[in-house]
Amino acid sequence: MSTLTVTPNYATGLVSNFDLFAGKLVDREEYFSCGHRACQGCGEALAIRLMCKALGKETVIANATGCMEVISTLYPTTAWKLPWIHVAFPNAAAVGAGVETGLKVLRRKGRIPDRYIKTVAIGGDGGTVDIGLQALSGAMERGHDMLYVCFDNEAYMNTGIQRSSATPFGASTTTAPAGAASPGNRTWKKNVPEIMVAHNVPYVATACHSYPIDFMNKVKKARAVKGPAYIHCLAVCPTGWRAESKDCIKLGRLAVETGIFPLYEVENGKYRLTVEKPEKLRPVTDYLKLQGRFRHLSKEEVGYFQDRVNLEFAKLMNKVECIQSWDELKG
Amino acid sequence: MTKPVGMEVAVAAAEAVALCNIDVAACYPITPNTHIAEHLADIVADGRIDAEYITVESEHSALSAVMGASGTGARTFTATSSQGLMYMHEILPITPAMRLPVVMGLGNRAVSGPINIWNDHSDIIMQRDSGWLSIFADNGQEAVDMFIQAFKIAEHPDVLLPINVNMDGFQLTHVVEPIVFPTQAQVNKFLPPYKPFASLHPDHPLSMGTLGLPDIYTEAVKARDVATVNAKKVIVDIWKEWEKMFGRKYEPVASYKTSGAEILLLTMGSMGETAEMAVDELRKKGVKVGLLKLKLWRPFPFDEIRKAVRGAKTLVVTDRAVSYGGPGGPVCSEIRGALYDQPNRPEIVNYIIGLGGRDVRVEDFMKMVEGAPKARKSGDAYQIYGVRE
Amino acid sequence: MKKWPETWKEYNTGGIVFEPGNARSFKTGPWRSLKPVWDNSKCIKCGVCYIFCPEGCVQEGPDGFFAADLDYCKGCGICAHECWPSAISMIEEGHES
Repeated sequence: MSTLTVTPNYATGLVSNFDLFAGKLVDREEYFSCGHRACQGCGEALAIRLMCKALGKETVIANATGCMEVISTLYPTTAWKLPWIHVAFPNAAAVGAGVETGLKVLRRKGRIPDRYIKTVAIGGDGGTVDIGLQALSGAMERGHDMLYVCFDNEAYMNTGIQRSSATPFGASTTTAPAGAASPGNRTWKKNVPEIMVAHNVPYVATACHSYPIDFMNKVKKARAVKGPAYIHCLAVCPTGWRAESKDCIKLGRLAVETGIFPLYEVENGKYRLTVEKPEKLRPVTDYLKLQGRFRHLSKEEVGYFQDRVNLEFAKLMNKVECIQSWDELKG
Repeated sequence: MTKPVGMEVAVAAAEAVALCNIDVAACYPITPNTHIAEHLADIVADGRIDAEYITVESEHSALSAVMGASGTGARTFTATSSQGLMYMHEILPITPAMRLPVVMGLGNRAVSGPINIWNDHSDIIMQRDSGWLSIFADNGQEAVDMFIQAFKIAEHPDVLLPINVNMDGFQLTHVVEPIVFPTQAQVNKFLPPYKPFASLHPDHPLSMGTLGLPDIYTEAVKARDVATVNAKKVIVDIWKEWEKMFGRKYEPVASYKTSGAEILLLTMGSMGETAEMAVDELRKKGVKVGLLKLKLWRPFPFDEIRKAVRGAKTLVVTDRAVSYGGPGGPVCSEIRGALYDQPNRPEIVNYIIGLGGRDVRVEDFMKMVEGAPKARKSGDAYQIYGVRE
Repeated sequence: MKKWPETWKEYNTGGIVFEPGNARSFKTGPWRSLKPVWDNSKCIKCGVCYIFCPEGCVQEGPDGFFAADLDYCKGCGICAHECWPSAISMIEEGHES
């Protein structure tokens, strides 16, 4: 496949190392059908659609309550063409663990055909990093052969844009709103990929739908792990972020280019960036100014945001450069 | 027919579950239920059954995991008590809504607060409206029999609802009783392999646990309610089948020395055995008393209750839980509901007994029966028996 | 598909939906106020519009050019915004260019 050399056009957010024609090689099968009720320009719906293409048919999905579950399965319709189960909000990982175990036993006992079927549990940031963290921790610690994908749109969007522990500093949400006495959310995003590495999960990655080939490759890689794997996918929510729907892909790119949401993977403990490290990160204002949820931030607050992003990125680069893989450590 | 063996009832319960060829179990330990979880883990670890045992990190995840497994078509089991059951509470109504035939063992224990690990029925009573089927074992033999029956009831194509088997914590779970185990061959004959009506598999993709808008939720409730009510017929049929195969009789409302009884005592759970002894003593004294033992809690056996109390002047209902600020004992309020429209109904006295593991002895049952007229005159809907004033 | 709304007897056991992808019966096209129009003279057939559509309603035709299925297109504008040679324009519904 050829790559088109294009001068970076920041007005539209294009980058020069995008594999322009790679999209044509992607599986054309749609496992997430039209007719779902997601908002216009929903990054999470796009991410789901891309994830399913990378997973393929031999998959069972366990979904937490949230945007994706609600917009995709209004009885009597379903947008899913993969086998799918939803039980409740905090337990996608536990339900997935049960599905994985059930499939394993039934295959062993010959009650289902002798084929490997992947179990994938998915949830939003609400159902993963807050109320769902216990079940996620338990499932990953037990080492189920299961991929967990967190679709992070940075708030409890389905119930009306309430703050989660994945909400970035300074974002105005309905339970941590910006006001005369508050800058909006005061906390920094909880680092769940790091928590997953601490659980000895052999494959952990961050991803974004704006880098579709990178995301799909990571899903394929995670799928191939015969054990736990975790992907944290940034999903732009124009509705909740108060941005224009057409900027959905652009905002994902900016999150990566500013270092706010770096794309990396941790394989057997070894950290690696999966997009070329830019010589200089773009200023966070490029990202913040496109979103109404940050509109209220003062210069000082933006300054703090920039400093913290720089620190967090430096922390990541420190791990990329210094940490050895578990295999190397085994000697 | 095998010889009776002396076995701790919780351990025997695990053995009964193992006879049923389960595929997946996920049990989180909680006193007094722990011995079921532990012994089942032993059985799996020894390879005596081919099953997977998920050491989940909480009861909420225990039920979630068995639901996921049940969704794939596996035969599943979990067990808990009290606070564990409360922690599962969010998930509990979803299991029958999704028509997943999970079997749960309960070692009934008082619900906190104050925190108390001993026996009463407040844990299962708090799940009354969850839509699970509920049966109560009076002794170890019944516990073993009921676990095997439970799988057949739950998986029956006309039922497809989860079921819990209730054993009084410590007072039943931790006692050693003589138990006759069916053989594996007998259980295999009684309990066919589980054939799910729908399962999660890429060969036939489907979506389980969809969203129900206001324009369908009522219909979903009705469908489930009808299935729950109709389950009684299946339960009674299965109990008749069990009696034919094993000679042990089970009825929604069992009776003991009720012939000619003017006053009836009613119990649910293992206290019934103590009450039987009280009835014997009272009969010796000439009191025309009989005992009713409620074995089927959900679906509630309205017809059987109405039939059983016919001819009695007084019905003394014992409850092991209370609804604060409500009508008193839950069993009693359901019985009052069953009898409201009956032209000749007995006077009802309700005693709340055995809370938080407080022992109820033969003498106590006798005092309750003998004190019934005075209790009736007091006009109170219920009495908490034995409370120190 | 069964007639809607269903009776309680028609309600699928457990609320299961047995027809995968039958959400297609719900047309989201009426949601939009803008619709994408392709200028095939500029189109380089890269497939970016296909990849980035959250609905998956942009599909390749037999001639290798792309178009949105207007039964479902919500008019979000992502395809037009991401198109490299700016071959897609978002025009107001009811106003043909």
